[in-house]
Amino acid sequence: MTVPISWYLILAAVLFAIGTVGALTRRNGISIFLSIEVMLNAANLTLIAYARQFESHAGQVVVFFVMAVAAAEAAVGLALFIAVFRQRHTIDLNRINLLRW
Amino acid sequence: MELLVFLIFAFLSVFAALVVVAHKNPVYSTMALVLTLFSVAVLFVLLGAPFVGVLQVLIYTGAIVVLFLFVIMLLNIGREDSQIAGHKAQLFFALLGAVTFGSLVILALLSLRHAALPPLTPELVSLEALASTLFNEYLLPFEIIGLLLTVAVIGATVVARRPAAGEGAAAPKEEAQP
Repeated sequence: MTVPISWYLILAAVLFAIGTVGALTRRNGISIFLSIEVMLNAANLTLIAYARQFESHAGQVVVFFVMAVAAAEAAVGLALFIAVFRQRHTIDLNRINLLRW
Repeated sequence: MELLVFLIFAFLSVFAALVVVAHKNPVYSTMALVLTLFSVAVLFVLLGAPFVGVLQVLIYTGAIVVLFLFVIMLLNIGREDSQIAGHKAQLFFALLGAVTFGSLVILALLSLRHAALPPLTPELVSLEALASTLFNEYLLPFEIIGLLLTVAVIGATVVARRPAAGEGAAAPKEEAQP
């Protein structure tokens, strides 16, 4: 039996919701980044599922671009964390509140 | 058979994603992220995108996760131990939002008819067809992605590097707040 597309979409929605909870509740900057990676992967799963449904390669190409942007985001974000850690000796986001109202 | 593989890796990915979000130690979270990414890569292969699955394993688990581990090691981040007031409310509202979002999406999807996926064609799986789409229709975005990666690498190097002895005095060093 083949798996209907809606199962893949439901799985992607569940993964996205889990990643959202992580990004909203964690205080460690690295953990928030990991949660965002989970959310990006859920989006990629949706794109690939629809690429299969519509028999088009466009979805797979977009997934390449998402991966490249995720790599760039991880590199720059982690560099920012290193720079912040040099100044503040923490990456607990509740304690990096200089620009917060 | 396909159903069995889907179920195994779907549950594995959800379980690992829960560990990523819930574990206190960032190193374990990163390791669980490897499991999530690998399970999703298997699902990519199942959906007829083997090249994307291979890229997922190579780029994500090979490069990005190693980068995360390096930074965790470099910063020596331990467990989250500071208890902040209001954290419970934050958790409650985040869970509420996630459950609302998830059930809305699932409700919307359940109202669709469960159309079976079209059978895999050699044309969809072939790397040649994928490459011709990438390098004909999407050539300009591809080049822009290359530019973006270059800018990101240079920017990350500049941001993360230790300031040289001469220019360090120019920027006032702020004391860490207790």
